[in-house]
Amino acid sequence: MWRPDWDVFIEMVQVLLQKPLRTGLSGLGVGWGLFMIIITIGSANGLQNGVSQDLGDMAKNSMFMWTQSTSMAYKGFQRGRPIDLTIADVEYLAANSQTLEAVAPQNQLGGWRGSNNVTRGLKTGAFTVFGEFPEQQLIEARPLKEGRHLNDRDIDDKRKIAVIGERVRDILFTKQEDAIGGSIRINGVNFTVVGVFTSMRSGEDAEEDLQSIRIPFTAFNQAFHQGDDVGWLCLLFNEEVHADSAAAEIMSVLKARLSIHPDDNRAFGHWTVAREFEEIQSVFSAIRWVSFVFGGLALLAGIIGIMNIMLITVRERTNELGIRRALGATPGVVVRQIMGETLLLTTLFGLMGAILGVGTIEGINALLDSMPDMQGGSFRNPQVSIDIVLQSLLTMVVMGALAGILPAFRAVSIRPVEAIRTE
Amino acid sequence: MSAGYLAAVIALKSIRKAYQTGSQSLTVLKGIDCTIEKGELVAIMGSSGSGKSTLLNVLGLLDDFDAGTYVLNGQNMDGLSEKAAARYRSEFLGFVFQSFNLISYKSALENVALPLYYQGVPRKERQASAMAFLSKVGLADWAEHLPNQLSGGQKQRVAIARALIANPSVILADEPTGALDSVTSDEVMALLKEINKEGITIVVVTHENEIANQCDRIIRLKDGRIEGSNG
Repeated sequence: MWRPDWDVFIEMVQVLLQKPLRTGLSGLGVGWGLFMIIITIGSANGLQNGVSQDLGDMAKNSMFMWTQSTSMAYKGFQRGRPIDLTIADVEYLAANSQTLEAVAPQNQLGGWRGSNNVTRGLKTGAFTVFGEFPEQQLIEARPLKEGRHLNDRDIDDKRKIAVIGERVRDILFTKQEDAIGGSIRINGVNFTVVGVFTSMRSGEDAEEDLQSIRIPFTAFNQAFHQGDDVGWLCLLFNEEVHADSAAAEIMSVLKARLSIHPDDNRAFGHWTVAREFEEIQSVFSAIRWVSFVFGGLALLAGIIGIMNIMLITVRERTNELGIRRALGATPGVVVRQIMGETLLLTTLFGLMGAILGVGTIEGINALLDSMPDMQGGSFRNPQVSIDIVLQSLLTMVVMGALAGILPAFRAVSIRPVEAIRTE
Repeated sequence: MSAGYLAAVIALKSIRKAYQTGSQSLTVLKGIDCTIEKGELVAIMGSSGSGKSTLLNVLGLLDDFDAGTYVLNGQNMDGLSEKAAARYRSEFLGFVFQSFNLISYKSALENVALPLYYQGVPRKERQASAMAFLSKVGLADWAEHLPNQLSGGQKQRVAIARALIANPSVILADEPTGALDSVTSDEVMALLKEINKEGITIVVVTHENEIANQCDRIIRLKDGRIEGSNG
């Protein structure tokens, strides 16, 4: 009996086109619902992309660790003992930790926005100077603009060389000058520039990056009289181990060596990228969930509007439906017709809302791309996956079908004889 | 009663029908016995409240009945489901109403073709057929017009074409001239008689004597009973 041919479709379109304004207005509710779902989810994704970008290209399995003071007395030591790390401790850690894959100790000279500490001829600047190991690149990659990065020979020979941020080059060198091979003076010690790097982060983080200078760890400690001291550690742990357990394992090795109580959580501070990502993920999955719920409620309002309008339509068409019944339409055919009209209405306008939503998201994307100044913002690449679009459309179709049930059965509950009497 | 009970298109035996209005039961048909032979043109007459419209609805399978037997084309119509009733309507019956009951947003052609749509006839075929029947009632040039662009007589001719298209055994006409002036009434009756001559049984419900007198036989209803039948 059910022939999914053009006839059925034409019949439904004819009915919907009868009252174009009403059809359009009731469809608008559904279209708006889907539009809202897609826009809000797309924006949430954009925000997430922006925030994730702030973490730059840091390896997901990286960790930062610094020393503090003990909070528990242990092995004859009072609580409140300051902990210091030396290169020997780091070597011990590298040899004894199961989860550690790479460790890059770092020392720092001059703070962010500190006083002038670097000069070149008459030019001066305030930059953060890091003593570091080549392994640092594994943890936070900084693409080279020219020259080279630090290497193991630099460490072994304690070479007085420097890899500088783009901004450092712009301040200390004129545009005509070649930075590579140039000499800069850091706190009175001369270093030769061997490379210039840029940043993969955005916003203030990038600015901070670009105003930094990287020199070999060994040369740093020698030039600035740090002995064997280590400021903090940048580490890379086994990707298969969860960030929290990796951090615990690494710290327990050091605690044992430095006579710190195993349960002392204050002796070391640490920060893992994975943990940060997890937090961002959970915040944004909550945001997405909320937008889906609220978009869904908007959709529900639209669907209820459709159901309402279909009920009115059925009432208005009592006579027509009676005629159709007299002419041989079975109750099943009438039910399918009303359900079909409801579904067609919701699908048509839902699809339009979805297309409009995706179009808007893409438009915003193109707009952001065309404005390089906006690239650093916390909103980037808003997007909706095809999954979300399909899920929303499916939800809408199901809701549309549900909305059609009541009007359809109302339509056949009227007996043909009563329907024809209505004039 | 005629002897040809089985040859009859319509055979009613003790048909009873009551409506429940609140706590009261109103008996509208109090035992109708009648037979209508194939090819007859029969008028059902009666004052308002006599039960003639109810009888027509029962004949048209638009309404059910409480007791009795109704045999249409040799098939028992007792206790039909809505679906079966729809099928028999589509197969055996054509309707003509006082208020025409055309679908307002469909052209004359589409209105005529509608019964074939519910029989699953392909679009092209049913449009060709609808065109043929519109020509038969003299409205070929009006095929694309909407009902509100047609005169009363034209609307009723479209309705008659629609009643004819599925090749029914019986056409049931409920006051077919009730909304028309006398000249147009005569035209419509002439058309119905012409169709009747081609062998289609027609039952006309009317309260107008001039219409009833044009029929082969008049069944008079009074208070839910057949008062008399004359030819």
